[in-house]
Amino acid sequence: MTIAVHLKGVSVAYALAGGGKYEAVRPVDLSVRDGEFVALLGPTGCGKSTLLNIAAGLMPPSSGTCDIFGERLSGLCGKAGYLFQQDALMPWKTAEDNVAIGLEVGGMRRAEALERARAMLAKVGLAAFGERYPHQLSGGQKKRVALAQVLVREPKILLMDEPFGPLDAQTRLIMSELLLDLWQQDRKAVMFVTHDLDEAIALSDRVVVMSAGPSSRFIGEFAVDLPRPRDIAEVRSEPAFHRLHSDIWSCLRDEVRKTYGLSDKGAA
Amino acid sequence: MTPISRPKLLALQILVAVAVFLVWHVVTTWSIVADVKTMRFFFSTPIDVFGRVFSMFMEGSVYRHLWITLVETILAFVIGASLGIVIGFWFARKPIVAAVFDPYVKMMNALPRVVLAPIFALWFGLGIWSKVWLGVTLVFFIVFFNVYQGVREVPQVVLANARMLGMNERQLLRHVYWPAALAWVFSSLHTSVGFAVVGAVVGEYLGSAAGLGYLIHQAEGVFDVTGVFAGMVILMGFVMLIDGIVTLVEKPLLVWKPGETRTV
Repeated sequence: MTIAVHLKGVSVAYALAGGGKYEAVRPVDLSVRDGEFVALLGPTGCGKSTLLNIAAGLMPPSSGTCDIFGERLSGLCGKAGYLFQQDALMPWKTAEDNVAIGLEVGGMRRAEALERARAMLAKVGLAAFGERYPHQLSGGQKKRVALAQVLVREPKILLMDEPFGPLDAQTRLIMSELLLDLWQQDRKAVMFVTHDLDEAIALSDRVVVMSAGPSSRFIGEFAVDLPRPRDIAEVRSEPAFHRLHSDIWSCLRDEVRKTYGLSDKGAA
Repeated sequence: MTPISRPKLLALQILVAVAVFLVWHVVTTWSIVADVKTMRFFFSTPIDVFGRVFSMFMEGSVYRHLWITLVETILAFVIGASLGIVIGFWFARKPIVAAVFDPYVKMMNALPRVVLAPIFALWFGLGIWSKVWLGVTLVFFIVFFNVYQGVREVPQVVLANARMLGMNERQLLRHVYWPAALAWVFSSLHTSVGFAVVGAVVGEYLGSAAGLGYLIHQAEGVFDVTGVFAGMVILMGFVMLIDGIVTLVEKPLLVWKPGETRTV
């Protein structure tokens, strides 16, 4: 099996304003196989998103290296598509232009790019919304456009930073279902960052748990052997789901408490 | 605010104008506030003023002045806006340049532009160019600050996303920075066009041989109050017309901006 993303001894430290440095992430190793869906789970502020940004090439690691399909990453990762947590669409472009632009800047003719963009928007259930501007769409619809924007470029790797975090509970379920549906069709490597335990288990093949920051590290790894294709709503009632849930939670619980314990002290 | 139908709104707006003219007419016809002769000397009368405006358009003497002011306004706007966009972009993309020039930009902007009028007349002569450059100094700063702000305030996540979609620097400029900056330019279009008119008229007022500002100045010189008011009325109409054109131009350009959503 080919390794899609390989983080080797990656650590992250920031220079502090008063001198010295803040160690956000201790050296970690992580590999995501081609076609594997890995969820990166941890309490808020543990540096999950930072690892994602390193894999995307948006920021360099303080130490260690990142290999994408065996090639050392320097600069932006052209093989990866990144779905951001926040709204990242260009507000001055219509939905279909937002999707098409990723193809156009790669040199595709506009007519063809638009055609593909429309097809991809239809896939995410927005066939009738191509000419709308982002402000005319709901939060869930904007997420769909963002998903189409990423998928239309056919990236080999999907990097997702709590993409459904800002959505309401029902919309999250629908979006997770849509994501699994689309992923099932061509099984790309996925790094999915979340703080939602249910979401992590329901979506992924493997859950990697991170400790609370600072100096985060990996504290657990759980294979999710639930059968695919999965039904997001039904998978939660399976006994295997509950077993995994309590195993991962017992690993995560102390870390979450630590986060709040630390912030309590910080406030006092 | 409770919504109000268009015809009703228009009727109320006209009512305000009628009321103003009525008061103006009454106090210059009967000696209520002061002696009619005194009142007419200071305020003329609405009938005289509109009669003068009418005759100015009829005999055609005003068109040349309107044309001159219009040309000055357009030139001031185009030159000022272009400079503002180019330099605004440059400063926003090169923080060192912005830091070096920051105090000078502030100083120049703090200077009341009226004091430049005589020196511009000296440099550029009494023709249209001294007025154009006066307008440019006004328009430039508005557009410059807006472009600077617009380029710097592009959300980081939109930029990161655009980069991940494969955009190079040139494409970022075209698809991200440029539209972001333009949005700010358009949102200040009414102000900057208004200032282009101000530059032109103030310049004319302080020294010229043509234009609406010149007309008003001439009338003032001979205590022709009717002429002054007539000039002001024409100037107001001129500004309203330009503002209307701006509204027409900006509408299709800002469709992507969230506006008020109304239920039906």
